[in-house]
Amino acid sequence: MRTILVIARKEIQEGLRNRWVLATTLLLATLALTLTFLGSAPTGNVGASALDVIVVSLSSLSVFLVPLIALLISHDAIVGEAERGTLLLLLSYPLARFQVIAGQFIGHLAILAFATLIGYGAAALALGLGDGAGLAAGWPAFALLIGSSVLLGAVFIAIGYLVSTLAGERGTAGGIAVGVWLVFVLVYDMALLGLLVADQGRTVTGGLLNALLLLNPTDAYRLLNLGGEAGAISGMAGAASLSAPALVAALALWAALPLAAAMLVFSRREA
Amino acid sequence: MTHRIDIQAVSKAFGAFKAVRDVSFSLAEGEIVALVGHNGAGKTTLIKLMLGLIRPTAGTVRVLGGDPAADPAVRARLGYLPESVSFNPALTGRETLAFYAALKRAPHGQVAELLERVGLSQAADRRVRTYSKGMRQRLGLAQALLGAPQVLLLDEPTTGLDPALRRDFYGFLDELRAGGATILLSSHALSELEGRADHIVIMGQGVKIADGTLDELRGIARLPTRIRVRLAEGEERRLEGDADWRPVNGHMLEIDAAPEDKLALLRAAVGARIADLDVTPPTLDELYAHFQDRQREAGQ
Repeated sequence: MRTILVIARKEIQEGLRNRWVLATTLLLATLALTLTFLGSAPTGNVGASALDVIVVSLSSLSVFLVPLIALLISHDAIVGEAERGTLLLLLSYPLARFQVIAGQFIGHLAILAFATLIGYGAAALALGLGDGAGLAAGWPAFALLIGSSVLLGAVFIAIGYLVSTLAGERGTAGGIAVGVWLVFVLVYDMALLGLLVADQGRTVTGGLLNALLLLNPTDAYRLLNLGGEAGAISGMAGAASLSAPALVAALALWAALPLAAAMLVFSRREA
Repeated sequence: MTHRIDIQAVSKAFGAFKAVRDVSFSLAEGEIVALVGHNGAGKTTLIKLMLGLIRPTAGTVRVLGGDPAADPAVRARLGYLPESVSFNPALTGRETLAFYAALKRAPHGQVAELLERVGLSQAADRRVRTYSKGMRQRLGLAQALLGAPQVLLLDEPTTGLDPALRRDFYGFLDELRAGGATILLSSHALSELEGRADHIVIMGQGVKIADGTLDELRGIARLPTRIRVRLAEGEERRLEGDADWRPVNGHMLEIDAAPEDKLALLRAAVGARIADLDVTPPTLDELYAHFQDRQREAGQ
């Protein structure tokens, strides 16, 4: 365990030093604040909590941004170290290979969690300072937003490691990472939508739709944030009948499986 | 004598490419061993096998009594300096060394001590990005010495070091050897290793071509020793005996003596009126070239 923490600590130290932490936090804070101020204008007084409105806007944003940031941090983790020549030395130390990935995972996730908490927290804080009304009612949804965004980040960090252990070169890993992002964030949903339209509800039943939605972590994330009370404004409520624990479990599984696969591939690889 | 490293009939293939073929040797406690060979001779593959980073296709590798690939704990007592070592450029030298010390569970006090020892105290809080190649190499050496390793595997350790630092470096090695450490050096700089390595292993195209002390290798190679004499003033330019002394610029004579003729020729030279005498046994460079050629001929 100590070895894992030593590696995690170094990952965080590097993230602070090369400004990854700063850049990610600023990016998320800027976008969240922009949405907060722009987003509250059109709602006026529709009875929806101001925080709920923010949750809807921010989760639509996070679905694109968080996977992108996560893949950017993680796709380089193993193949980059190998190409820089630092991996060989690291592996000559008394440690098991899964510890390397576990340590990097904790470190990268901590960076992402910090950026999300501070970035989105800044938006909630700004809203609270501007107008305290509706905050109390909306905060559980907001907490869920932050928690599930970190979980979504964990999913794509894990996928990034798998890409990084499988790819032979940094360029390849980068290309695959972009592909993974496009598929999960854009292509999958478009294909699913096309399928639903073409099918006209004949073969795709509710159960199958649920399964198809769980097969894409970004959909699970969307349903989690837009399906609840905040979802009333988004029009997503009742679109699919999946409970929040099932969605969280799906996301956790989506993080655990690629992570385990990355550890397995890395342990078997010869370096 | 206990063997720190024992390599028995080891082969390693990467796909169809056979990087190492049927190599056996062992390293004892407290010796400095030079692993010599041209690029692609299998030196780095052997070092990776000893570190347990790769597994042999055939044969066994035992390091400090254990299997390095199966038991990472063996590596806690190893120090390794990779060829052209690199570090994360964003961290400082001290941070980098502290990281490796924590991984190896070495006492934290060693960090400052080793930085001092390799002459990086002044630069310790600068980022590695600003380091010269020699400084990175010194930092690499410092990390290899963490935790007082019993076995040191150094891949091309002196590249990028200036002559003064090279001398210091070999000074460290002597100290470590005196403390019982086994040191394996792989190097191209053969002249540097002469007189420093107790034992030399010559590799060529994945096969061990020769293995022994410098004297043993000289015995096997039977390369001539060069004897050169400077004659006293006014002496005729010839020496007793029927040997073929070659005249060299002015008052000098030279001969390449086979091992069995060496003493007779020296006696003849000392008996004559000479001003100076030089005896140059075959250098490691020449021995290396000889073994390489012999292997090439055997291959044809």
